[in-house]
Amino acid sequence: MAEYLLEVKNLKTCFELFRGTVKAVDGVDFTLKEGEILGIVGESGGGKSVTGFSLLGLIDLPGRISGGEVFFRGEDLLKKSEEEMRRIRGKEISMIFQDPMTSLNPLQTIGSQIDEMLALHTDLSSAERKQRILDLLTEVGIPNPADRINNYPHQFSGGMRQRVVIAIALAVNPRLIIADEPTTALDVTVQAQILKLMENLVHKFGSALILITHDLAVVSEMTHRVAVMYCGKIVEEGPTKDLIANPHHPYTKGLLESIPKMAGARTPRLPQISGMVPSLFDLPKGCSFAPRCSRATERCLQDVPEMRLLSPGRKAACYHPAGMAEEGEGHE
Amino acid sequence: MLKYLIKRIFQMIAVLFAVSLIVFFVMSFTGDPVLMIVPPTATDAQIAEARVALGLDQPLWVQYRVFLGNLLRGDLGVSYIFKRPALTLIVERMPATLELVFFSILISLAVALPCGVFAGAWPNNPLSRIIMGGSLLGISLPSFWLGILFIFYFAVEKGLLPSSGRGETATLFGIPFAFLTRDGFRHIILPAVTLAMGTLAMLIRLIRAQIMEVMRQDFIKFARAKGVSWKNLLFRHALKNALVPVVTVFGIQIGTLIAFATVTETIFAWPGMGKLLVDSINTSDRPIIVAYLMIVAAMFVFINFMVDIVYTLIDPRIDLR
Repeated sequence: MAEYLLEVKNLKTCFELFRGTVKAVDGVDFTLKEGEILGIVGESGGGKSVTGFSLLGLIDLPGRISGGEVFFRGEDLLKKSEEEMRRIRGKEISMIFQDPMTSLNPLQTIGSQIDEMLALHTDLSSAERKQRILDLLTEVGIPNPADRINNYPHQFSGGMRQRVVIAIALAVNPRLIIADEPTTALDVTVQAQILKLMENLVHKFGSALILITHDLAVVSEMTHRVAVMYCGKIVEEGPTKDLIANPHHPYTKGLLESIPKMAGARTPRLPQISGMVPSLFDLPKGCSFAPRCSRATERCLQDVPEMRLLSPGRKAACYHPAGMAEEGEGHE
Repeated sequence: MLKYLIKRIFQMIAVLFAVSLIVFFVMSFTGDPVLMIVPPTATDAQIAEARVALGLDQPLWVQYRVFLGNLLRGDLGVSYIFKRPALTLIVERMPATLELVFFSILISLAVALPCGVFAGAWPNNPLSRIIMGGSLLGISLPSFWLGILFIFYFAVEKGLLPSSGRGETATLFGIPFAFLTRDGFRHIILPAVTLAMGTLAMLIRLIRAQIMEVMRQDFIKFARAKGVSWKNLLFRHALKNALVPVVTVFGIQIGTLIAFATVTETIFAWPGMGKLLVDSINTSDRPIIVAYLMIVAAMFVFINFMVDIVYTLIDPRIDLR
């Protein structure tokens, strides 16, 4: 048995568009243990969602997975046929989408949408499935599940729908759940509830979770480890607490600094990362972040930095990492 | 729901009333029917007498009042030519037209649903391009020309299928139907295909566009992430979501088919209502024309009403009020 539940090696996904080829995911490596919660953070367009969809083989034309390996329980998912993948989707790896308003079929009752998952991947009888649906709805905190089972999605609020989506994702006890911005479309008041619910259920069901988000606050609350993505590459990775307390990559540092702080002295202006995310059609030659980076040197504009171990458990792809014991230690 | 039904029934009556007004007054401007009825040798006195006997000497609004009163009693007048009630004549011919329309609908759906869904799900597939090209032909070619072409090829050149008439009929619930006999079924194929062509082509294009739209939605991707197979994805998730506009157009198309059957029936000498209408126009048999228009209008209104009811069965979000 493999050491990791999921081991992604040099994953590459590109989109061949009329204007040129976009490398949305460009050589991503990460690993995930059973029951672990990994956060993938970054700005929009950084390749986070495409990474998630690539794991499930749900990349549609003109996109395609152009290279790499995705070992799930020791088997390479990228080598599997569509039919084999169909049996893995939902059963072994399930997904929670960003917008609960659009991820449920508007013309099917929520009961039948959960039932579909159970009917596809389990041998339960219809009476057993019904009981399981009721249990799941109770589990995700839907009041009066017996009454709600025949309701349609439009009869639920956004938060309630996301609970239903979570119930669907958990229905057959998958080993891994990929949650793509699960709270972005929800009211702030509901966000915390949904996150707490996900955290509890993932623990209870023993699933691993990949939480894709742009919200570092969300990540810091519930993940064990974080990978920061920028322009299709992972630029920094490490245990959540360490990484938040002491970011090495200037991009991570910038992201953290741009979160408004409620406590402490007010700064006259909220710090922000200057410049814009470069167009994926036209990435800079060296480090993608170099044009926006205050620490960039001539070398950053020429060579692409590789991920390297900076301290135990901490990796970053930067020639001039911040927050090291003494400045300048990063130079090899 | 009950409130909605009552409201709709009043609306339907209002529409039919308006239709009766238009039909009656337009028809009364189209020549003098008395001259069509009396023998060519009739004297002026005899013509005047016939005019009084038919009530055509009265002012128009009095004639309309009589017409409307009779209409409400189910009396649509007596054919000038056949000397029999117009309604009976049309009802006698109705099964032939309805069976023709029914088979056209069946053919349209059987071809348009799979073709439309396929072309919508894989728009870049070469087969989809062939389907779309074919549908463009189907829309563009007029049915009278297509019918003649079919007769020429299948009946004249190959001698495979009969080109005219209804063939043998067998009775079901006391109504004669052609499709129940082998001979009658062979007779129905060509006219039904001819009639279906336009509707079929249009439905393919509409279903394709709707499926393409639906396939982009998140819930389709979510269903795929659940491990749903392509077949279920297309027919259980996508098709139903694509259906509301399709049903609307389909409802209108059924009405159009009944009306367009006139042309097809004439080409294939199919003894339906449409052929009766064309014959009656040629002989200025006014009561039949009026009765035909009223009946087709009533069917149209009723079909559209049914379409609205069907919406609620498809989409739970649609609330009839």
